[in-house]
Amino acid sequence: MGCQGRGMKARNEAVSPVFFSEPELRFVEAATERLIPDEEDGLGAKGAAVAVFIDRQLAGPYGLAETWYMQGPWQHGTPEQGYQLKLTPAQVYRAAIRNVDSHCRQTYANKSFAELAPADQDNILHRLEKGDAELADVPAKVFFDMLWQNTVEGFLADPMYGGNRGFAGWELIGFPGPRYNYINEIEQYGKPYTRPTVGLLGRDGTKVRGG
Amino acid sequence: MVGFGWTASILAQELTDAGLQVLALERGKFRDTVPDFATTHIQDELRYAVRHGLFEEPERETLTFRNSIDQTALPMRHLGSFLPAAGVGGAGVHWNGQTWRFLPTDFKIRSHTEERYGKKFIPADMTIQDWGVSYEELEPYYDRFEYLCGISGQAGNIKGQIQPGGNPFEGPRTRGYPLPPLKRSAATMKFDKAAREVGFQPFPCAAANTSQPYKNPLGVQMGQCTYCGYCEWFGCGNYSKASPQTTILPVLLRKNNFSYRTGCDVTRVNLDSSGKRATGVTYVDLQGREFEQPAELVILCAFAQHNVHLLLLSGIGQPYDPKTATGVTGRNYAYQITSSVDVFTDEIMNSFMGAGALGQAIDEFNGDNFDHGPHGFIGGGYIVLWTTGGRPILQHQLPADAPKWGAGWKKAMAKNYLTSASIATHGSVMSYRDSYLDLDPTYRDVYGNALLRLTFDFHDNEHKMSRFITDKAALIAKAMKPRSIKVNQRDGHYSILPYQTTHNTGGAAMGSDPKISVVNRYLQSWDVPNVFVMGSSVFPQNAGYNPTGTVGALTYWAADAIKNMYLKNPGPLVRI
Amino acid sequence: MVGVPKLALAIVTGLISLSLVPAVRVSAQGATFSNIAQGRYLVTAGDCASCHTAKKGKSFAGGRAIDTPFGILYSTNLTPDTETGIGQWSEQDFYNAMHTGIRRDGKHLYPAFPYPWFSKLTRNDVDAIKTFLDTLAPVKQQNKPPKLPWPLSWREAMIGWNTLYFTAGSFEADPEKSTQWNRGAYLVEGPGHCGLCHTPKNFLGAVNTDHKLAGGNAGEYWYAPSLTGDLRDGVGAWSDVEIVEYLKTGSNNNTATAGPMTEVVKNSTQYLSEADLEAIAIYLKDSPQKSVASQINTGDLGAPALARGEALYIDNCSGCHMYDGGGIARVFPPLKASAAIQAKSADTVIHVVLTGARMATTPVKPTGLAMPAFGAKLDDQQMVDVVNYIRHAWGNRAPLISAGNVADGRKKIAQSGAL
Repeated sequence: MGCQGRGMKARNEAVSPVFFSEPELRFVEAATERLIPDEEDGLGAKGAAVAVFIDRQLAGPYGLAETWYMQGPWQHGTPEQGYQLKLTPAQVYRAAIRNVDSHCRQTYANKSFAELAPADQDNILHRLEKGDAELADVPAKVFFDMLWQNTVEGFLADPMYGGNRGFAGWELIGFPGPRYNYINEIEQYGKPYTRPTVGLLGRDGTKVRGG
Repeated sequence: MVGFGWTASILAQELTDAGLQVLALERGKFRDTVPDFATTHIQDELRYAVRHGLFEEPERETLTFRNSIDQTALPMRHLGSFLPAAGVGGAGVHWNGQTWRFLPTDFKIRSHTEERYGKKFIPADMTIQDWGVSYEELEPYYDRFEYLCGISGQAGNIKGQIQPGGNPFEGPRTRGYPLPPLKRSAATMKFDKAAREVGFQPFPCAAANTSQPYKNPLGVQMGQCTYCGYCEWFGCGNYSKASPQTTILPVLLRKNNFSYRTGCDVTRVNLDSSGKRATGVTYVDLQGREFEQPAELVILCAFAQHNVHLLLLSGIGQPYDPKTATGVTGRNYAYQITSSVDVFTDEIMNSFMGAGALGQAIDEFNGDNFDHGPHGFIGGGYIVLWTTGGRPILQHQLPADAPKWGAGWKKAMAKNYLTSASIATHGSVMSYRDSYLDLDPTYRDVYGNALLRLTFDFHDNEHKMSRFITDKAALIAKAMKPRSIKVNQRDGHYSILPYQTTHNTGGAAMGSDPKISVVNRYLQSWDVPNVFVMGSSVFPQNAGYNPTGTVGALTYWAADAIKNMYLKNPGPLVRI
Repeated sequence: MVGVPKLALAIVTGLISLSLVPAVRVSAQGATFSNIAQGRYLVTAGDCASCHTAKKGKSFAGGRAIDTPFGILYSTNLTPDTETGIGQWSEQDFYNAMHTGIRRDGKHLYPAFPYPWFSKLTRNDVDAIKTFLDTLAPVKQQNKPPKLPWPLSWREAMIGWNTLYFTAGSFEADPEKSTQWNRGAYLVEGPGHCGLCHTPKNFLGAVNTDHKLAGGNAGEYWYAPSLTGDLRDGVGAWSDVEIVEYLKTGSNNNTATAGPMTEVVKNSTQYLSEADLEAIAIYLKDSPQKSVASQINTGDLGAPALARGEALYIDNCSGCHMYDGGGIARVFPPLKASAAIQAKSADTVIHVVLTGARMATTPVKPTGLAMPAFGAKLDDQQMVDVVNYIRHAWGNRAPLISAGNVADGRKKIAQSGAL
């Protein structure tokens, strides 16, 4: 009641991170840009502000694993037994970014991941994905899977969470956003759906939920 | 009632009508269409589908899991394979609405299989058993549940007469569904055509999503589904998905002899010194205070495995020991084995327009609808194309050659999102000596109680069956003349990680023989006659269909037994 | 009646009541079961419980804050408690209050208590009401003084008001109309006191009898729509059956209750007999139907605003109210051709869009279908656009609203929520 417009800020470019430090943010920006490149259409992780999304998520209940069972004892399990680390997603990111950047500085003449050439960045991401790289504090594959999952979320979630800015992700694939009535359209087989894209905060894809 | 979801709502409505004072204890909070599932905010894939907004939190209670007895079970630390609910309405709030009846042969699977294929056809470690109740006995109760919910469907067999356009394999029913089928999507139309070309008989799936506005027999008014595509894992914002809220609660909550408490976690069923009579339950509220609630009749209406957990913690029925194959509580846990075949076309499908049970299916390969002799497995499943929605994060398909990330991934997404669909198989899982539930020796919940431990894996029988029906699905997929298909077999061990279904069954099997069942055919505990157990906990094994229709029917069946027999003469309803 | 005679009457009645045995509960003479039942029915028809019961308070014990343009008044304790209720009131005391607006101690009541309407009740009916009230469980609850600015806080100011605007007098049947019509008129103009909300009031809070039942302020930012025969914003397009259905169940094909009317259906009209509801319908329908194009200047919306409103409507409202504004019969009310939507004042429309609404629940229609609140999702300009749109789409016509209306609405609703 009476919240009209309050808490819905229009996006500005320089958004300070709430969870990541500046170097961490640069890492995540660089990594997500390789995972979903902007290319010419600008419809990639950078254009969609995926790093902003991940930053906000890690500062919230997801990052803190608030709903997860985090009691011990802690043991390695089989792949079928799922996630068994003591680390919350926020801790996973922190540890992994530290480890990867450390590895990069050692291997690439003191450059951080964000400073590498794209081909080198891709190389590292591939190795993390396969589990070829060994990170000191967290299994590489767990980190990569988490990063990729969050990148897809940041690309395709409602823009009110900070990502999918301007509906970049939805425009790429042709998803018109959450609409509640397709009674007239569902039987129009083969016909493209032409209503403008909409999000939960309306047709302005730069509106982010405040706070 | 322990829990306040579908089974508690149905029973409470029936038993308050019979004059009882009924109290439902729900661990979660009260929820209603407005404000909790309002159209203003409910279509939020991240919040509800990805971050599990409407589900129970493992932090509060979870289970431990292992594939086999020689492993150490570890906690399921976040939800994956199945998604139980928390809150009034239970999973009835966030289900898709896919509503099926089991086959007549499903209820007598052991005797029927032995008769048709011989005793040796059933592997020694497969512990399937007859239910103790027949399809014919349950038929009127299926009907009641279907008319309560306003199921939209096309009947296939009315009193033995096969009806065109319906499922020709279904058991005979007295009358058709209360509402006609939902509109078809582009993808289901294509599936229908292809399935016919291959020689099968496809039909529209029965849906607890209303195809028209509907007033049910209780006088509760439902709306009409608008194909918004946010059914499973979301609440319905316009009263068009059947749930306790949209079908029963408006009438139930007005009654003077019904009450409920939320934020109350039942941790024990209390027994008297003889161990043969329940005196009530113990529950813990949100402040952590413990209360004893006395009761004449205790009915476990929590989600499937939670009921079994409670039985084990309360010492009702002898706990099952797989090593000696003795005991009953926890025995015969089963699940569902699913697979899919993704179909990539060049035609616009617009799958984001969908409904939870908008599907076209064939049932040729379910149950014992076909000759299993040459194949050497038991069971089957339906093959379906569902258009439940096109939620971008979790409901997109990519061809096998699409890169896992990068520019190639982006291109594949752009090309395939609007033009792809997925055919699913929904297979049965038999029960086995080594698939069961018991109490974990190490891990505890927030109250210090032992967590439930799940030991379960897919067996050769299930893999064989699943491969068989996946091949059939691929046939239909190819007949849709796609650009390409991608077969996603469910190979290897059962994993707790990827979502499959929330069709957990067993652990409190029903039956005629107390040596191999926890409850009798009226869902009454053999050991403690004033305790009844509802839900899929009582399935002795799982069939190739979604369980909710059968859960609803069994609940009405048990309600009648309580009203007409138990209340008149409290005590065991079945004497051996 | 003017000043001196009233005062004299007050003194006389006061003397009479003093002469009766005080300090014990005065029970009505002849309290037969049928009298009590008659009283209970009339109390239901008059919906006394709604005003005379505080939110979460004991029934009929008073204490509910009644928001008026002049200030806040609190309803009084009608239970037979001898200290704080009306336990010591005689039948005559009670009749004086109902018929002339003067209470037992001779002071004037404010017309937030609708004595101008209850004045029309027959003596027999008023006595029956008192008989019923005497059967209630006594509740000890002190009446709260009203929060009115001077000079309104001086009750005798009502003498002037009554002079201008009030004539006491029982209902007089119209011999040229049917018995049913007269019964309906008695109910509407008497215990039903529909005009208190549904008739426009002047700045002193008196109803404008030239525009009887043409719509009025129902308090707390609710507008009670016109009940005249206007086809656009009245009940001209409703049949008798639809009026009866609405009063009995809270909804019909055209609309559903929102705000205070939900309470009225739940507490009052759903319990009236079928015959009485039909009588009300006959009375209401006996008013000339006007043409669809009403004389009210509705203003021109303009294409850009219409487009903005349509976009908002499609994105936010079409899931239930459908693209053509037709809703779903008996589920989601239609907006197209709706009298409620096209009401002269948009207060109710704005209120419902801001805070949502829940239908009345009755045994026949137990569901209580609800609409969510949009106040947090839409800003003031969006509210203006979408409300103007639904009042101008599909052939609808109604006066335009501005952002000021919306801001006003938010403020008033927040204030009344705090009452």
